[in-house]
Amino acid sequence: MSAVPAHVIADLRERISAIERHAVRKVGCLPFGVPQIDSVLPGGGLSNGALHEFAGGGSGTVDGAAAALFAAGIAARTKGPIVWCLTRPDLFFPALAQVGLHSDRVIFVESDKEEDVLANMEEGLSFGGLGAVVGEIVRLPMTASRRLQLSAERTGTMALTIRRWRRQTEANDFGQPTASTTRWRVSVLPSEELPVPGVGRPRWLLELMRSRAGECAEFEIGACDDKGRIHLSTGSGDRSNTSRRSVYPG
Amino acid sequence: MIAKSGSKRWVSAADPAARKAGVRVGMQAAKAQALFRGLMMVDADPAADAAALERITLWALAQYSPIVAMDAPDGIVLDTEGADHLQGGELPMVTKISNQFFAKKLTARVAVADTWGAAHACARAISRETLIVPAGEIVRAVEKLPISLLRVPEKIIGDLQMLGFKSIGELANTPRAPLTLRFGPEVGRRLDQMFGRTPEPIDPIRTRELIEVARAFAEPIGAAETINKYVGRLIAQLIDKLQKEGLGVRRADLIVEKVDGTHQAVRAGTAKPARDVVWLTKLFRDQTQKIEPGFGIEKLTLVAVMSEPLEDVQKSSSLVEDEVTDVTPLIDIYGNRGQRVYRVAPVASDVTERSVGRIDAASDPVETTWIHHWRRPVRLLAQPEQIDVMALMPDHPPVWIMWRGKRRKVKCADGPERIFGEWWRRSSEYEAVRDYFVIEDDAGERLWIFRSGNGVDPETGSHRWFMHGIFA
Repeated sequence: MSAVPAHVIADLRERISAIERHAVRKVGCLPFGVPQIDSVLPGGGLSNGALHEFAGGGSGTVDGAAAALFAAGIAARTKGPIVWCLTRPDLFFPALAQVGLHSDRVIFVESDKEEDVLANMEEGLSFGGLGAVVGEIVRLPMTASRRLQLSAERTGTMALTIRRWRRQTEANDFGQPTASTTRWRVSVLPSEELPVPGVGRPRWLLELMRSRAGECAEFEIGACDDKGRIHLSTGSGDRSNTSRRSVYPG
Repeated sequence: MIAKSGSKRWVSAADPAARKAGVRVGMQAAKAQALFRGLMMVDADPAADAAALERITLWALAQYSPIVAMDAPDGIVLDTEGADHLQGGELPMVTKISNQFFAKKLTARVAVADTWGAAHACARAISRETLIVPAGEIVRAVEKLPISLLRVPEKIIGDLQMLGFKSIGELANTPRAPLTLRFGPEVGRRLDQMFGRTPEPIDPIRTRELIEVARAFAEPIGAAETINKYVGRLIAQLIDKLQKEGLGVRRADLIVEKVDGTHQAVRAGTAKPARDVVWLTKLFRDQTQKIEPGFGIEKLTLVAVMSEPLEDVQKSSSLVEDEVTDVTPLIDIYGNRGQRVYRVAPVASDVTERSVGRIDAASDPVETTWIHHWRRPVRLLAQPEQIDVMALMPDHPPVWIMWRGKRRKVKCADGPERIFGEWWRRSSEYEAVRDYFVIEDDAGERLWIFRSGNGVDPETGSHRWFMHGIFA
C-alpha cells in the first residue's frame, strides 16, 4: 500500500473534494502555525467555509471557558468582523482582548432561545464577508449542523460552535454525530511550572475527536498568546505569554 | 381647568392638590368655587389640547407603531402588533413610553389589550402607570370597570346608571334586544368592539411630510409570492422617491389593508439610514410570513415613517481588495428579529463589573482596548458567590477553597491584585477594597477569587471570600 505515490493520493483527494462540493469556490484554510497539528488536519489547517465544534472537558463542559478562549484565538487570527451568538451573557471580554480579539470586531447577538442562536448563526454565515461566526449552544442536532455546514460552505465563512451544557452529565451528547468538519475537546491541564511561586502559562489538552477525511489526535498545548496563537507545550516554563517585549522594561 | 359646554361651566381637569381637597372632574364650576376657598380656575383651551395631542400622536408614530391615531379628547391609540419586538417586547415598550412621559413631567397611563375598547377602558381605570392585559383575558380585565368607560354618549351612560347598571360585566350579561330597543345599536356595538367580536380598524394619522407609496389591487391578493413581488416593487418606488429628496429610511412600515376592513402593519427598522433595495427587501421579506391575508389584501401601503438625510458616497473601486465588510444590514436583520445586538467597549473603571460597557452594534469603532497586565477570566459570574476558604491573613492566597459544595486544594496562586472601590460613584465604596487572586487547583482548573477587604482593616470590607470568574 505504501508504494502508492503521494501524487496519486493527492489527485484522488482533489477529485473527491470536487465531487463533494462542486461549484463551491476554493476557500483555503487557517493554519495553527504548529506543524504537528497542521499536518494532521486535511488541507493543513482549519478549513474556512466549514463548521468546527469545540467543547470543554470536566467542569469545562458547563462553563466552556477554555473552549471559548480557544475559539476566540482562532477568530482573532481571521480577517473581518466576527458575529458571536449566545444565550448566556457571561463572557468577559477583556479576556478575549488578551488573546488578540479587538472588541470592535465582535458583534454579539444575544437571544432568549437556543433555536434562535442556530438561526442567527445561519444568517451570519450566509451573509458572507465575515471572518467567523461563533455560537454558544447546548444542543446541535444533525439537521441544524448540516444547515450550518452548508451555509458555511456557500460563503466560505468559518463557523465555530462552542458546546456548553447545563450539567456535566448531559455532555455525553457530544458523542452524537453531527455534520461538522472537525470536533475538538479542550480541557484544562495544570499550568506550566514556574521557578517561582505563581501560575504559569495555562496549558490545555487538545483532543481532535473527529476530523472529516482525517485522523484523530491529541496534543498538549500552551494556551493562546496575545495574538491568538497556540504552541505545543514542551513542559518547560521558559516561555512568556507575550510575543512582544515586557511592558515593564528593566 | 374649566370647560364650557353650552352655558354649563364644569371642571374638566384638576391637579393633585385640588383632587385632594375634593374637587371632582365633572363638577359644576360654580359649585366648586362655592365649596373650596382659594380655588384657582383656568379656562380650558380645547384647540391647544388637540394640537398637543396631535404632536404626541405623530411622535408615537415615528417611535413606536405604524398605526397610531388620536383617541380624542385625552388619549392616543397604538396598534403595536408587529412593532413591539423592536422595543424588546410589550413590557419594555410600555415602561419606556411611561418613562418618556415622566421625563417630560407628564403622567401617562399606558395599557395594552387585545382590542381598542379594552385598552381604552383599562388605561383610564388603572391607578398605576402601566398595565398589560394578557391575550384572551379581556373579559376578566374589564368586567368590573364602570360603564362610563364604554365610549358611548353621556346621555346613554346616565340613563343606564339610572337603570342600575354599574359595571361593564353587568351590562354585557344583559340580554341585548331590550337594550338595543331602548338605547339604539350603539351600546351593543361598543360592547362587541371591546370584546373583539366586531373589528374596529384604527385610521392611522398621517402628515404630508411622510414619504408614502401605495398600491391598490382590483382583485384581492393573498399568496405569499404575490405579496413579496408587490412589496419589492413598492420598495423600489419608495427608494426612488427618497433618492429625489436625498433621504435614507430609518424606519419603514408596510400597512396591509384587507378586504374585511382590518389593517395589519409590519415595521422594519435600520441602524443607519438606508436606500438600498436589496437590504430593505430582505428586511420585509423576513416578516411577510407574519402577514395574514385572510380573505385577501386589497391595498398595500409603504411609508417611510422616519427618514434621515443620506448623502451619496462614491464607492471605492474594486481594485482595492481590502475593503471592510459593512455589517449594518446584518445588524438590522438581527434587530428586526428581536435579538439583542450589541458590541462591547472598554469603560475606564478598575472595578471588574464596570469595566465592560455595551454599545450600539452599528456605532463607530472604539480604538481603545483594555490594558491589563494581569490575566482576566473568560467567564465572569453574574454575582460573586461566597466561598469557604482557609487562608493566612493578610496577604496569602487560600490553602483550599470550597465552592458549590466542592472542595479544591490550591496548588499555586497569583496575587493579590488590589482593586479599590470608586468613592466618586458611591459613598459606600469609600474605603472598599478587593484583593483578587488567581488560583489553580490540583486538576488544573484556574479560578478567580477575591477577598472583600485588605485583610487588616475591617473598614475596608467584610473579609469574606468570593468566587468571581473562571479562567481557561
